[in-house]
Amino acid sequence: MYAALWRILPGPVWVRLLLVLLLLAVVLYSLATWVFPWVNTIVDNQEVTVGAP
Amino acid sequence: MTEPATSAVPAQRGRRSKRGPKPRVRRRVSVFGVLGELFITGGVLVFLFLAWQLWWNDAVMAASQSRAAESISRSWTEDVAPDPAPAPAEEGYGDPIVATAPGNADAFAVLYVPRFGADYHRTIAEGVGTNVLNSPDSGIGHYPGTQMPGEVGNFAIASHRSANGGGMHVINELQLGDAIYVQTADGYYTYRFRDFEYVPPSAVEAIAPVPHDLEATAVDRLITLTTCNPLYSTAERIIAYGVFESWQPTSAGAPAELAAMMPAA
Repeated sequence: MYAALWRILPGPVWVRLLLVLLLLAVVLYSLATWVFPWVNTIVDNQEVTVGAP
Repeated sequence: MTEPATSAVPAQRGRRSKRGPKPRVRRRVSVFGVLGELFITGGVLVFLFLAWQLWWNDAVMAASQSRAAESISRSWTEDVAPDPAPAPAEEGYGDPIVATAPGNADAFAVLYVPRFGADYHRTIAEGVGTNVLNSPDSGIGHYPGTQMPGEVGNFAIASHRSANGGGMHVINELQLGDAIYVQTADGYYTYRFRDFEYVPPSAVEAIAPVPHDLEATAVDRLITLTTCNPLYSTAERIIAYGVFESWQPTSAGAPAELAAMMPAA
């Protein structure tokens, strides 16, 4: 899967490396901005109250 | 890695001059290989989420909640002229003003706990739902139906121990007699930390007007902080009780220790 991605990317090694890092940055940014906040609202692992809320 | 010589011609010794397709053994894409990579990716995502929740978002929320508390605190003090003749400290200011409980998610107080840090301040809003506890503007919720600051009975509040700003992250470090200040539009209420309790999550009697005695009539003014315990777990609740010591109206200014840690007007 990731090997295929590496093959698909064009250019010499340093260009591919740059592209991979860029892709990684985009993925991390979207996770932190959209995905994780959404998961945070559905995964309630943070109960802090006593009794029925 | 040395490449095997593909040609006997000496002029093609330079690596860069080789343009032809290299005889490379390409590993076939297998179902298990892809599946394995997906699993690894999933595992990494879980850890990334935890890191985001416990550190990154926690820090972002803490900063945001702190700023919100600063601004609401300032809004209460900036319009009030200092009382030209403050009451002598020994006499006090009589019974504290008790406000009526606001609507859900409305902010009505700011909590200051010197033990939690010199710059610790958080807004207390009505309700203990996620709209308050996970809010970037609040972080601390007041149990509906429990008493208000300064009222005889129990002013009970809840907050996260970790993540979402972690308003009570270091609650276990409170020591006997530590100040717990609550500022409202009316004034400043000083409580002193008394003791801890570790209870199951169902222990609603901890926030009763007289904790653990539902029949008794309240005579003391208490503050009760509840959050989860142990750290990073929700198996139990840690309860911190404080006893009301004094109050002073906004016009009299904040108590000395609190004034030092309040955001500059």
